[in-house]
Amino acid sequence: MTPLLQVTDIAKFYGQRIGCTGVSFDLYPGEVMGIVGESGSGKSTLLNCLAGHLTPDRGSVCFDTRADGLRDTVSMSEPERRMLSRTDWAFVHQHARDGLRMNVSAGGNVGERLMAVGARHYGDIREAATDWLGRVEISVDRIDDRPTAFSGGMQQRLQIARNLVTGPRLVFMDEPTGGLDVSVQARLLDLLRGLVREMNLSAIIVTHDLAVVRLLADRLMVMKDGHVVETGLTDQVLDDPQHRYTQLLVSSVLQV
Amino acid sequence: MINVENVSKSFTLHNQGAARIPVMHGASFQVAPGECVALVGVSGAGKSTLMRMLYGNYLAQSGRIQIGEVDVASAAPREILQLRRYSLGYVSQFLRVVPRVSTVDVVAEPLLATGWDRSDALARAEILLTRLNVPERLWSLSPTTFSGGEQQRVNIARGFAYDYPALLLDEPTASLDATNRAVVLEMIAAAKARGAAIVGIFHDDAARAQVCDREIDVTAFTPKAVA
Repeated sequence: MTPLLQVTDIAKFYGQRIGCTGVSFDLYPGEVMGIVGESGSGKSTLLNCLAGHLTPDRGSVCFDTRADGLRDTVSMSEPERRMLSRTDWAFVHQHARDGLRMNVSAGGNVGERLMAVGARHYGDIREAATDWLGRVEISVDRIDDRPTAFSGGMQQRLQIARNLVTGPRLVFMDEPTGGLDVSVQARLLDLLRGLVREMNLSAIIVTHDLAVVRLLADRLMVMKDGHVVETGLTDQVLDDPQHRYTQLLVSSVLQV
Repeated sequence: MINVENVSKSFTLHNQGAARIPVMHGASFQVAPGECVALVGVSGAGKSTLMRMLYGNYLAQSGRIQIGEVDVASAAPREILQLRRYSLGYVSQFLRVVPRVSTVDVVAEPLLATGWDRSDALARAEILLTRLNVPERLWSLSPTTFSGGEQQRVNIARGFAYDYPALLLDEPTASLDATNRAVVLEMIAAAKARGAAIVGIFHDDAARAQVCDREIDVTAFTPKAVA
């Protein structure tokens, strides 16, 4: 089987400082990988390098494109990469306002991404938007409201609808539940888990919350000071951590 | 079906003075299709550790754990996930599920993961829940708030939903009443009859005697320094 994403020796430096370095992995279709580590460990830098928001100083990020098979997205032209991020890729930001257009209605936010890939029929777009608001548990009578009138959890669900409406194959998520109440987090996680299964999505999720990866991720990558210190099956890494730092991370979680 | 060869395991606690705790050494045994083998030994001998290594939940330090075509001790996460989906079931002592997911969905999930049609999977889940006497009014609720015995029966229904060729059972009859205990023992016997290779931990001596073909004393694999 061809990997959906093949990452080889990615490195990003901020001057003398290491952002992340020596990162390589293969992600296969339908797999969800979690990247965990403390603030400043390089996990967001890595995610941004993978998603094309940052240009890595070294390495390649090959994606299995529909037309030409594996292609290095780092050396790809800007328009090609932008096309990928509108179609087969999706990016869920920690702060919904970074992923939404705050002065456009909820329906418009979902419809806009469809229009970006060529949808023109108003009725169809409205219908798809209505369907997706329902799937992310936003009442349809809020379709014409702007996200500014939504709660944090609703904004995050709207961002997810906007991202998934085009049926992407790979979703990047940066702390998708960060800053939300615990009960709101649980609902969002449950929703994400259902969607990942149902759509057979591949995803890379950056988080510092081990409960999030326990629920969502098949496998884990643990980062510390820009380096990957441990990888493996999620339950194995969490239940039998090998590296000093992973042991510290796992033992630091309070049990409730 | 299951072939364990010279498996060893120790835990290194880096943040507690790098204490190294050897827990298993030279574990070797085989389980054939249609056979049920019980792991026995005093508490702390390493029964659960061995079980967790078979499932890939704990990392084996050395040796081979061949389950079907896969060596769990050296396989990539993707291969272990595939093995767990199609070949290796596990009934743990505790139910670990996502809040908000209904009981019937919890039970049907392993079937859906292997590509079963949704209505067929739900129908099979309902048959199992009925057989294990889980009241129908509970099916649409999340099992997180159920009693210990109810949770365990949901766990068993989930573990037996798909016909795995290899099955790991950790205290499957621990908190069950006599009726349900008998149902579970029947289910284990039926799994053996269809050719499943089973490894179990049973503190219930009578249950063990009834379904297990032989015992493996894990104490034999306990490193001398610990014993």
